[in-house]
Amino acid sequence: MSGPVLILCEHDGGVISPELEQILTAGGRLAQRLDAPLEAVLVGAEEAVVGALAGRGVQVVHHVAHPELLDYGPAAWGAGLAAVIEGCGPSAVLALGTDRGNEVMAHTASRMDLPLATNCVEVTPAIPWTLTRVQWGGSLLEDCTLDTDLPLLTMARHVTEPDPPNSGPAPLLRTWSVELSAAELAGQVQARESVEQGVTLATAAVVVSGGRGVGSAEGFTVLEDLAGLLSGRVGCSRAVTNNGWRSHTDQVGQTGTRIAPELYIACGISGAVQHWVGAMASKRILAVNTDPAANMVVKADYAVIGDLHEIVPAIAAEIRRRRSG
Amino acid sequence: MRILVCVKRVPAPGARIGISDDELDVDSTHLGFTTSPHEECAVEAAVCLVEGAEEGGDVVVLTAGPPAAEEQLRYAASVGATELVLVPIHGGGSWDPQATARALTDCVTALEAQDGPFDLILFGNESADAGGYQVGVRVAHALDRPMVNGAKSIEYSDSVVVVRRATDRGVEIYEIPTPAVVGVREGINLPRYPTMRGRLASKKITITTFDTFPEAGGLQRRRLHRPAETASEPIMLGGGPDAASAVVDVLEELGLT
Ligand SMILES: Cc1cc2nc3c(=O)[nH]c(=O)nc-3n(C[C@H](O)[C@H](O)[C@H](O)COP(=O)(O)OP(=O)(O)OC[C@H]3O[C@@H](n4cnc5c(N)ncnc54)[C@H](O)[C@@H]3O)c2cc1C
Ligand SMILES: Nc1ncnc2c1ncn2[C@@H]1O[C@H](COP(=O)(O)O)[C@@H](O)[C@H]1O
Repeated sequence: MSGPVLILCEHDGGVISPELEQILTAGGRLAQRLDAPLEAVLVGAEEAVVGALAGRGVQVVHHVAHPELLDYGPAAWGAGLAAVIEGCGPSAVLALGTDRGNEVMAHTASRMDLPLATNCVEVTPAIPWTLTRVQWGGSLLEDCTLDTDLPLLTMARHVTEPDPPNSGPAPLLRTWSVELSAAELAGQVQARESVEQGVTLATAAVVVSGGRGVGSAEGFTVLEDLAGLLSGRVGCSRAVTNNGWRSHTDQVGQTGTRIAPELYIACGISGAVQHWVGAMASKRILAVNTDPAANMVVKADYAVIGDLHEIVPAIAAEIRRRRSG
Repeated sequence: MRILVCVKRVPAPGARIGISDDELDVDSTHLGFTTSPHEECAVEAAVCLVEGAEEGGDVVVLTAGPPAAEEQLRYAASVGATELVLVPIHGGGSWDPQATARALTDCVTALEAQDGPFDLILFGNESADAGGYQVGVRVAHALDRPMVNGAKSIEYSDSVVVVRRATDRGVEIYEIPTPAVVGVREGINLPRYPTMRGRLASKKITITTFDTFPEAGGLQRRRLHRPAETASEPIMLGGGPDAASAVVDVLEELGLT
């Protein structure tokens, strides 16, 4: 049997990431192909968290602890993961392609001077390994070879459909005490500020977005109104943030927020690839645009051709009319 | 205060990204070039930090790329960078993340040997094209400096950098000693546009060239391709405000009103 497939188990203050199932599933499938056991690495959490990994095919949880590691620290987590790797000789190491997953793996790869392939959508063990990974935030795919004895990989989010849990046994716990330098410990989160809870751009069921076609900051009033009626949020394109009409927290796209609403209403947005990759997970898209050939219109499920300044208020008025009638 | 910013020249595609005949690159025949918005914001952050520092300072912008990457360097100068450095990649193509990090590290080491250490080295959170999420971390490790990625704000004081970064669960605050490395995310600021004076001045700056031939890393590109697209015709709900009724019918069908 080959060395284990190790997966990085993300948690925040001991609360396991809700996305863990994706990497458990991806790791489990790879372990099966390699005829290797699936094992997880948990850095800095309480041992109690290990129970959350029962019934998921994980045979061993490597728990890395240090008395002064109290919160997330990129370099410290990278060092903890590297210590487990050196100690147990895995056949591959996988994390989910989240900000933290990519960051921790980059630290581990740098320490160990190993290559790292981030945001993979497919991996094939062979000599050398081959894989397909995401480029341009999802607009392009890149086939690569990964020439190494120890593949470090992150899997793109939302690509692996999670398998349901089974009733398997709780994993064995193996505790590792790791040496961390003063610098690695100092790199931990020092403080946190909470943000307003509730519906965010990323979680809203309806997003009403405006692009350059909106023409001004004031022009967004009608979009705000429609979003309010639909209990949704307002989004925008980069042309809008660049003009200072909206804050960057509203920007949808490759360098903004990735959204997945039931309905995306894109008003006066041309649909450049960098915008599209942020919106393409929407269940349905309605484009409002003067240009019937705009990429956003062509790729939408529904379209209205014309001036958003007339159409958006008319939609809001029609909703009000039906509600009062 | 001395700050280095690493930027990468990338094509700026619009509605669709074409692929070259050998399938190894983006077809940039009809495209302009730019740097990632994250990196534009990194340049702006560096210029603001130096402008805010009593003793003033330098913003050095470094890129590894084709000779044509001079365009991105000069743009950086037009918005406030004071020194420009090019690590030429000869013969087209690009370097893998390990090779890129090795080349940048070599160059930083040489620049620091000559003009003294950088207080801060800034990167983008990820490059626009490759999106490897690693070059900055690799350089930080090679130089044995602390690194925080995803910065939404950077405050510099008394040899400490305070970095805030946004997550789904709130804002994380990091405090790391300088010299340090920080990866910047778009939204940290709104980059200024070049002024006419800035543009003219940027044409006169000499670009320092640093040659290095890094060892290749283990990740190598074999082919680029586009993800499969599900072609579908949009349902036309009409033109102008008269379409409102059809739109609200759809909203009702979807159970959203
Ligand atoms: C590396 C990189 C990353 C990027 N990241 C992002 C990102 O995260 N998010 C993002 O959005 N962009 C991003 N961009 C920018 C992107 O390439 C486009 O420039 C941007 O999305 C264009 O915004 P827009 O559609 O609002 O403007 P335009 O492309 O100018 O389109 C305006 C649209 O409005 C329509 N219109 C005009 N007037 C009206 C009217 N009265 N009524 C109805 N329609 C009207 C026009 O027909 C047109 O289709 C990125 C670019 C790069 C290079
Ligand atoms: N060729 C390059 N020249 C200069 N900086 C680069 C280059 N490639 C990547 N970088 C920097 O490293 C960051 C991370 O890149 P990546 O690891 O490819 O996502 C980018 O945002 C840039 O700041």
